[in-house]
Amino acid sequence: MNGENEPIQALEDIKKIMDRSSRFASLSGWSGIAAGICALIAAWLAGKKFNKYAISENEYEAKSNYTRDGNLLQLDRELLILAVITFIAAFFFAFLFTYLRSRKTGVPIWGFMARKVMINMAIPMIVGGLLIWRITDFGLYALVAPACLIFYGLALINGSKFTLSEVRYLGYLQLLLGVINLWAIGYGLYFWAAGFGVLHILYGIVMWNKYERNEKAVA
Amino acid sequence: MKNPISGLNKIFDNRIRLGVMSVLIVNEEISFNDLKGMLEVTDGNLATHLVNLEENGFIKVHKGFIGRKTNTTYSITKLGEREFQDHVKALEGIIKGIK
Repeated sequence: MNGENEPIQALEDIKKIMDRSSRFASLSGWSGIAAGICALIAAWLAGKKFNKYAISENEYEAKSNYTRDGNLLQLDRELLILAVITFIAAFFFAFLFTYLRSRKTGVPIWGFMARKVMINMAIPMIVGGLLIWRITDFGLYALVAPACLIFYGLALINGSKFTLSEVRYLGYLQLLLGVINLWAIGYGLYFWAAGFGVLHILYGIVMWNKYERNEKAVA
Repeated sequence: MKNPISGLNKIFDNRIRLGVMSVLIVNEEISFNDLKGMLEVTDGNLATHLVNLEENGFIKVHKGFIGRKTNTTYSITKLGEREFQDHVKALEGIIKGIK
């Protein structure tokens, strides 16, 4: 019981438990990369849809709900479906890679920390979603992309209290992009692609490089 | 309770009790099940140690309900916090002594 390593071991145990019980650290960098790729593909598809209907993003956003005709309403529907599929795909791949990582390291994903992160992220995301819904009801389509970025940024900052601090910086960057986008109307798709696509991929690479590169599998 | 030479607290000799305190020092309130999952111990084993910590006044027990299911949560007391910090300091002191 009283070997020389005992106090060192005890301190290490304390540190490990405090760490594990205060933040969720299982998210894989590959999840970020996969979600980012989903977003880039979606932005590219959305751009193609604008071309198909021969309308620029600027014109699309400028049309109020009273002047939206059949063609435009069809485009609205297609974009909405694309958005839903993108969200599901990004979420699925993000979950998949984190699941594979947890299988490898033997750290369970669904602890109560994961729950705290989810709840804290869900609050700004759901409220943001409702706001965006109302924004489109009022025909202010130009505000959709900035609102996505801003509320996602706030969700990340809110969730970051219970996970790795890098998530907070990702949140600040999303916020910054969203706020700039408020005064760069007509370029929402580019800002959206930069935030949800490029930043996610960069974040994923940084995280993988920092935490996973040298991770050993448990037997 | 405390070893006068090392300053170590005998109650924290046990790994599970030390684990419970480590979780509670960074979490305001935590349920029995979450604690069990975190420390990977059995119900009975954890319950015994929780009673011990409660009797020593290191932790507070809150009994509540979620619907009809009981939901017991635990939090650390001021005394528990102080004792735990003293224990950690004592451990650090011993390590410095060895080096």
